[in-house]
Amino acid sequence: MVKDDIIDIVYKKVGFTHSEAVAAVELIFEAVKERLMAGEDVNIVGFGKFCLRDKKERVGRNPKTGQEFKITSRRVLTFKPSKNLKEIVNNK
Amino acid sequence: MTKSELAEQVSTKINLPKKETEHIVSMVFESIIGALSHGDKVELRGFGSFRIRHRALREGRNPKTGEKVKVPPKKVPFFRAGKELKEMVNNKAGSQKTAGSSQHP
Repeated sequence: MVKDDIIDIVYKKVGFTHSEAVAAVELIFEAVKERLMAGEDVNIVGFGKFCLRDKKERVGRNPKTGQEFKITSRRVLTFKPSKNLKEIVNNK
Repeated sequence: MTKSELAEQVSTKINLPKKETEHIVSMVFESIIGALSHGDKVELRGFGSFRIRHRALREGRNPKTGEKVKVPPKKVPFFRAGKELKEMVNNKAGSQKTAGSSQHP
């Protein structure tokens, strides 16, 4: 499934023109992105939570050469699926 | 940010009542759930992808009693942020996180 399929679902179920459906779906993901970039977690009830985690600097190793290098501190995005989503996926 | 805050923000931009926008927001996430429940993956350009990861049967232990238990195989929804989103999130790493903890020297 790609974004176009989601747009199609919205287009068929809501009385939107196609371009309105495109705008709505794009705006939803843009809004989520904006908040994440601002450093805010995004929680979608029944779906899951997009969480930001700050990682400290640490020493990594190239498994091939054994060479050590520094992994800089960074912020990563993780997704924690809701109970509902986990259950649906397992056909519960 | 919650789903209703998301709907509120989007509703002002598309000029639609909040209630209807909330309905559309739910529809979007439900369509992703629908695809995942069929084992399909969902790829969203500029955002990331959702897919199902399979966890094999494994032996676990009841931490209280130390008893061995079989943990049945299961499917886990997994999200991978797209390159663009990953970089954008990280470029703002200096900014204060509004939820959760973040230390500043």
